[in-house]
Amino acid sequence: MLLIFLVVVAIAIIRMKNLFAVVMLTGIYGLLSASFLVVMDAVDVAFTEAAVGAGISTLLMLVVISMTGHRERTTRHKPLLALLVVTITGGLLIYGTLDMPYFGSADAPIHNHVASRYINDSMQEIGVPNIVTSVLASYRAFDTFGEVVVIFTAGIGVLALLSIAHRPEDGDKTGSFNDSLNEQHLIVRIVSKILIPFILLFALYVQFHGDYGPGGGFQAGVIFASAIILYSMLFGLNIARKVINQPFIQFISAIGVLLYGSVGLASILSGGNFFDYNVLSNDHITGQHLGILLIELGVGCTVASVMIIIFFNFAGRREMQQKNEREHNKNQELS
Amino acid sequence: MIAHLPVLQVILPLMAAPICLMLKRAQLAWLFSLIVSGLAFGVSILLLQQVMTSGVISYELGGWEAPWGIEYRIDKLNAFVLLIITAISTTVLFSAQASIAKEIVTSKHTVFYTLYLLSLTGMLGIVVTGDAFNVFVFLEISSLSAYALIAMGNDRRALWASYQYLIMGTIGATFILIGIGLMYQMTGTLNMEDLSQRLPEVAQTRTVFTAFVFIIVGVCLKLALFPLHLWLPNAYAYAPSIVTAFFAATATKVAIYLLIRFTFSVFGFSFSFTIIPLQTMFMALGLVGIFIASTSAIYQSNIKLLFAYSSIAQIGYMVVGFSINTVAGLTATLLHLFNHALMKSAIFLALAAAMYRLGNVQLNNFHGLGRQMPLTMAAIVVGGLSLIGVPLTVGFVSKWYLLTALLEQGWWPVAILILLGSILTVIYVWRLVEVAYFKEPLANKAPVKEAPLYFLIPIWTLIIANIYFGIDTRLSVQGAQMAAMSLFGVTP
Amino acid sequence: MLMGLFNYWIVVVLMMIGLYIVIAHGNLIKKIIGLTTFQTSVFIFYISMAKVDGGTAPILADDIIQYSNPLPHVLILTAIVVGIATTAMALSLVVRIKEAYGSIEEEEIQQQDNQIQEDEKNGRQA
Repeated sequence: MLLIFLVVVAIAIIRMKNLFAVVMLTGIYGLLSASFLVVMDAVDVAFTEAAVGAGISTLLMLVVISMTGHRERTTRHKPLLALLVVTITGGLLIYGTLDMPYFGSADAPIHNHVASRYINDSMQEIGVPNIVTSVLASYRAFDTFGEVVVIFTAGIGVLALLSIAHRPEDGDKTGSFNDSLNEQHLIVRIVSKILIPFILLFALYVQFHGDYGPGGGFQAGVIFASAIILYSMLFGLNIARKVINQPFIQFISAIGVLLYGSVGLASILSGGNFFDYNVLSNDHITGQHLGILLIELGVGCTVASVMIIIFFNFAGRREMQQKNEREHNKNQELS
Repeated sequence: MIAHLPVLQVILPLMAAPICLMLKRAQLAWLFSLIVSGLAFGVSILLLQQVMTSGVISYELGGWEAPWGIEYRIDKLNAFVLLIITAISTTVLFSAQASIAKEIVTSKHTVFYTLYLLSLTGMLGIVVTGDAFNVFVFLEISSLSAYALIAMGNDRRALWASYQYLIMGTIGATFILIGIGLMYQMTGTLNMEDLSQRLPEVAQTRTVFTAFVFIIVGVCLKLALFPLHLWLPNAYAYAPSIVTAFFAATATKVAIYLLIRFTFSVFGFSFSFTIIPLQTMFMALGLVGIFIASTSAIYQSNIKLLFAYSSIAQIGYMVVGFSINTVAGLTATLLHLFNHALMKSAIFLALAAAMYRLGNVQLNNFHGLGRQMPLTMAAIVVGGLSLIGVPLTVGFVSKWYLLTALLEQGWWPVAILILLGSILTVIYVWRLVEVAYFKEPLANKAPVKEAPLYFLIPIWTLIIANIYFGIDTRLSVQGAQMAAMSLFGVTP
Repeated sequence: MLMGLFNYWIVVVLMMIGLYIVIAHGNLIKKIIGLTTFQTSVFIFYISMAKVDGGTAPILADDIIQYSNPLPHVLILTAIVVGIATTAMALSLVVRIKEAYGSIEEEEIQQQDNQIQEDEKNGRQA
């Protein structure tokens, strides 16, 4: 049933021209997907998809369309080429599904080979109830390391493309401008001042509780970043920058990656392979717990800081564009 | 330490990247990246030696045995490719600071080096791993850093080129992800060695067929095989010159490695070539690519675009060699992997030097450059001769092996077409040579000096390597041959 | 057979809608949205594979015997991160393109580029 809703939303995305509505629909798509994922028993994934697909992704797109325009042009070229590609690809995929094990069947190959050891033995080998965390943080820790590096790369890429050097005197001028605007949002400001500490606390809870329930470094990082982003949206980018400045946040993102990698190096120095947590302590369960704790911390640091870097850079670019427009209009009036 | 070399190969540039971000001065970041790349090169040499003496190296990450953990698996093929990537990376980095001083704003230099190290990490990670999903993760690392690096070019077309590359590249990567998922569903494992043992039982199912097609299409997008090559010319032409020099010699090589790895080691060459008419398709697409790209190259006035199209043509040669499906054919492809890296990095580095002095790379700026920048132009000429396949250069060696492999199987019409392709190469190389040596500099252009040593040293190291490996072919040919034989399961 | 595979077929439809949006639309932001839709559908596909009838979320508890497969969950967590990373990069490119070209429609950008190429060629002959 949920899937039918997804299809409806997707088709609506195709047909609508107002980009604001389209971005909102994309957010809805993400949320519906997250709900579907919960029904599929993928709670960690649903958590992440909700935070990312319905949260961060929608937010970034809104910031961008505020800079690039709200409407799409009518000309939709190459529909025939697109239909051709889509029909061939879709047809091939459906052809491929004909031999697949039926949905939900318990004797499919994937449930009997690698996965059974994870389910049956992970308690003795790692001692963590959330199997997804034990696979992510221990068995396949290196993939997660790659994932942290991916998000780090995206942060650096956004830095490379959008960052502008800040001059302090601009900050003070635009600060007062922002304050006058934001006084209109008095209720939101007061409510968020109450909520933000709880959001931060929730982020910490998710970070450390990831072993026992859905959660972990990535989700925690996104929630932590959302609190900071909420603060900066309501109180102005400049004040937020005074609290968390650019060099500091870049440093934290680098530290996250290095922390993760150092756990691996520590394993090598203690005699095991890279990311072998068993050698980190005398008792292998303690070693596993220690390793998982540290790397999740690394993930949380990097993810939170990269999300903040990305948002600050997008918002900062927008501020620059607005300032240039104001100066341009002023010059036009003068001449 | 020796036992941990496989993981060190990737960890060195990986951990160096965040450290590089924190360095404040551009010179320091450059020196740091150069040292890290050099160390990675050293590790790859040690790995190659180890593989040659003791056979396949297997490293369990996390101490968990495959397929429950991720395995790094190094055999002759990837040791060979690792050597090429790290060598090119170090050589190109040598000129990097000089080159980007004129093409990128100083405040972004440290970010540039961080992205460079991340790109290197991604490529090395793809090549070393023995786990299919790990390939996807590191493929994305290398792709994301590539999109950012290309977009740092100072022409606004770099932004558009990077965006198009992003769209096409992400579709390709998602196709690969779909293929991995389908393979996983039918076998229950992600480890390449394990997959190769479990796939034969389910090989005749439609799902595995679909998985194979999706993976091949995804890899071909990254490979820039005709007709999926549309992103490459603009991306190479408008990126910062040093970035082009690095990518032209490494990015597509990694894609060819993936193609070979999936068709030979995971699916098995008997399956891969029978399930779909891979031989005919790839031979045809390779040849079409050679001709269309070489012809497009002839009409370009932007020299970087010219050589970018030339790269697409060279990829066509590699794919033709792969499609022959014999030890000799695969040897020719791997040999050309090595040789093309040497040729193209030398040419694009020389173009970077020209860009440094001239400010752009339009053909009309090259008038009389043969006299004003003699060493740089001479390098381009030798590189061009190598592309054509003149004896005494590495290009000749590759073409020779390719032609003999074709004739061995009786494909002499294709061999004739390959020779025709070389004639097209002569045409576009001659265009440049004629303008540089036989035309007077245009009246309104200021005279330029020769390129600084920072460029000349790596350029000429590569050119001398071009000639050296064209004469003493033992290292490259043996390496390629042993890798090819091991993939076919033939003992030397 | 229809019911057994129905889930997968709908997901394929979703994937194809996403792919269609990427190729057919000229607006750069719509393309990015199409790409995210495509990727999210692939995630749903993987997770559908992992579901076991009568199973629950893979968090060990004493009274549960049947769990759904945790491995695809791990893979998709990573893939989601990769997806947002790509989206962030793509969006920053769009911002820069808008500043440089003044437009985010593919045709207008292509037109401006062709104009430059013409000018460069004519510059040569002039």
